[in-house]
Amino acid sequence: MTLHEPIAIGRLASPRPRLAEILLWLTPAVAYFLFPDNLALGVSIMTYAVAVLALDLALGYAGIVSLGHAAFFGIGAYTAGLLTIHGWREPLTGLLIAGAVSLCAGFLGSLLVVRGKDLTRLMVTLGLGLVVFELANRMSGITGGVDGLSGIDVAPLFGVFEFDLYGRTAWWYSYAVLFGVFVFLRVVLASPFGLSLRGIREGGKRMPALGASVESRLRVAFTLSAGLAGISGGLLAQTTQFVGVDSLSVPLAAEFLVMLVLGGTGRLYGALAGTALFLIARERLADLNPVYWEFWMGVLLMAVVLFLRGGLVGALARLWARLRPASEGGAR
Amino acid sequence: MSGTSSLFSPEAGAALSTKGLTRVWGAFVANSDIDFALPTGARHALIGPNGAGKTTFINMLTGVLAPSSGQVFIGGEEVTGLSQEKRVAKGVARTFQINNLFPGLTVLESVLLAILERKGEGDRWFRPLRAYKPEIEEAMELIRDLGLEAQAGEETQRLAYGKQRLVEIALALATRPRILLLDEPAAGVPAGESAEVFSVIARLPREVSILFIEHDMDLVRRFSERITVLVAGKILTEGAPEEIMSDPRVREVYLGEGHD
Amino acid sequence: MTSVIGVLFDGLAYGSLLFLVAVGLSITMGLMNFINLAHGAFAMIGGYFSVWLTQKTGLPFLATLPFAFFGAGLAGLAAERLLFQRLYKASHLDQVLFTVGFVFSSIAAAHYFFGAGQQFVSTPGFLQGQLRVAGVDLGKYRLFLIAVVILLTIALHLMFAKTRFGAQVRASVDNQDAAAGLGVNVGLVFSLCFALGSGLAGLGGALGVEVLGLDPTFPLKYMVYFLLVVVVGGAGSLRGPLIAALILGVFDVAGKYFIPQAGAFIIYVLMIALLLAFPSGLGGRRA
Repeated sequence: MTLHEPIAIGRLASPRPRLAEILLWLTPAVAYFLFPDNLALGVSIMTYAVAVLALDLALGYAGIVSLGHAAFFGIGAYTAGLLTIHGWREPLTGLLIAGAVSLCAGFLGSLLVVRGKDLTRLMVTLGLGLVVFELANRMSGITGGVDGLSGIDVAPLFGVFEFDLYGRTAWWYSYAVLFGVFVFLRVVLASPFGLSLRGIREGGKRMPALGASVESRLRVAFTLSAGLAGISGGLLAQTTQFVGVDSLSVPLAAEFLVMLVLGGTGRLYGALAGTALFLIARERLADLNPVYWEFWMGVLLMAVVLFLRGGLVGALARLWARLRPASEGGAR
Repeated sequence: MSGTSSLFSPEAGAALSTKGLTRVWGAFVANSDIDFALPTGARHALIGPNGAGKTTFINMLTGVLAPSSGQVFIGGEEVTGLSQEKRVAKGVARTFQINNLFPGLTVLESVLLAILERKGEGDRWFRPLRAYKPEIEEAMELIRDLGLEAQAGEETQRLAYGKQRLVEIALALATRPRILLLDEPAAGVPAGESAEVFSVIARLPREVSILFIEHDMDLVRRFSERITVLVAGKILTEGAPEEIMSDPRVREVYLGEGHD
Repeated sequence: MTSVIGVLFDGLAYGSLLFLVAVGLSITMGLMNFINLAHGAFAMIGGYFSVWLTQKTGLPFLATLPFAFFGAGLAGLAAERLLFQRLYKASHLDQVLFTVGFVFSSIAAAHYFFGAGQQFVSTPGFLQGQLRVAGVDLGKYRLFLIAVVILLTIALHLMFAKTRFGAQVRASVDNQDAAAGLGVNVGLVFSLCFALGSGLAGLGGALGVEVLGLDPTFPLKYMVYFLLVVVVGGAGSLRGPLIAALILGVFDVAGKYFIPQAGAFIIYVLMIALLLAFPSGLGGRRA
């Protein structure tokens, strides 16, 4: 009779993992042993996935379309890189500092970003991205300008594990960071704060009538998102031991958007799937010709918008729902 | 009643009152010099032809719209300059004429969201929702009261329109209002079910003062104890239902407008 | 003093060009509330078309301008009918993503057909060099640009103010549903406006090869400028974007001239400041 209540409660977001999820998180480990020659690709997927997860928090949950996230990614990357160059070579604290610096930058940015509406907001994020890019370009004494920042030398992880040429340490390191960020987001999104973000996305006009301050929530979400993007950038600097001015560029921010939308917004796993698919496809296609790749990336993006609402993971979820309508109905 | 200047003494004992409330858009006067008081525990109807400025009035009461001039008081305290969120904290809740819900959230999530916001928990990051047992219980109770239990786990966008109207009310009630402003709560609901919506409202405790906009005169007669008639942005008259219904000016306005 | 006048003049010429390219974006954004980040691609099409014609057929530069206009206009019409039209009802996010995708593809296509390098056109002799007016040297080509844009602006103004089509456009900007109720074929109005806007952008792209340059990254490089003209000026009007484009042009040129080390920095900061100061534009109806 009162099955309705447990079902409704069962549909509340929860940080607790399901079995399928645990299996899913084991697949990278399997890939590690199956494709020992492709560790670099794995590292780059897991590194960028952190940034795309960060973007999902801003876009998929808080509904802020950002074309400026590369700025925070790049700030994190330069911070981590500059730290090692100036003698702070310990990776974990370096990564945290990178995240903290981007967090601060994100907070300053959020004061500007959340004020406007849709298009204004997009333009402000774009403007922030461009300003930071220009700054990095101008301050070539610090950032290395167009030549980028090289000579990044990271101390062994925990003082034991050297970052080796094959990328084994880098692989496990980025896997752990990605997992940590994912769990963090999962917890945050299953909290009242996470619910209120979804509330803002779904019915931003209603939120003030419930007594909620939309702007302050969005500021927090944007700031957090920027901090996580900074961690992603720091990871890139530490694992590739190079930071180019590209890591701050608006096209990179657009690529983050493409990865996220390809996988599906507002569901975390979409960010993971989209990043993996995008980077694997680029690896294959860019071998042919980088110009081709850019062309097909554009076509892909247009196709996803027109035909694949909710991205890949969204489409899979719909397929899943269609395949098992019986059990759904039975539960009701 | 609290220490506001006695120059604008709002009506004593009123849960909500206005003084000279006016809203102008260019040359169009939507609300003109409205003095109004909603006594504590009132069941008060606001009626008037389309375009009379009823929704504008409610929007100014809740802080969605800033008045061109005039003042709004809650329990004797002036709130004219306060934001919508601050007024909610002072006990004002409203529903919207056109559903203004969270389409992708379930009914439970929506109501829980409203309860958590009321309790100031909305910015807590680390406690999982499911740990909020008393809040979930309160939400379910409210949902049961409104007869929405079977839909508790459904996304609100999948609900029938009449049920969505009930969610509107549930969201307003979840803020535990002392003053409830209902903008055509039964709008768009099939004729047979509108009485159901109103009977929910009628069951609310007397501490809650209610002001509602409604076009159906039959519902107005059954559920209101006092009526204010708004015409062309001005208060035409105010009184008990029998008085209003037999007032020739009101009949003229309504007949002239082609209403029943 | 003379350098100030010179910078002002260059800035006005540059701003006129920005206006010419962006005016179509203002109209279509005002009409459909459609966020089109790909507008610059049509300017690029016009530019390349003009360059290609001068190289292949030996037509003089000025004679290729009408082709640039019609070529870009047709491309715009086709893209609107086949693609963009499907997105008018979509969310702003979808519109942004789709048009960003269009920009990526068009950059790659331009790269494939024309290579990565800068393109050049040879302007006719009588437009080269300087004209000395009241002790100040003014570039002839820039004078020509300003003249063309003034004429086109007057023509556009007359079209919107006096013609039946103009009335239909204005009615549709004000209230689509009401316009449709009055028997305006709103869909057709949209398509024609899009084509006209793309054509003007194409013309601007061709005229701008000399000033803005032309390479495959053109749509991305100037995207911010075109959007800025519309967002700051306000969509759906002529006057707002005109003022915004001229301000933008003068500030950009002045910034690069007087504080070259700041580069594009000034314009981006100006943009953020303007956006926050005028969230709904200088003179438009919708933001």
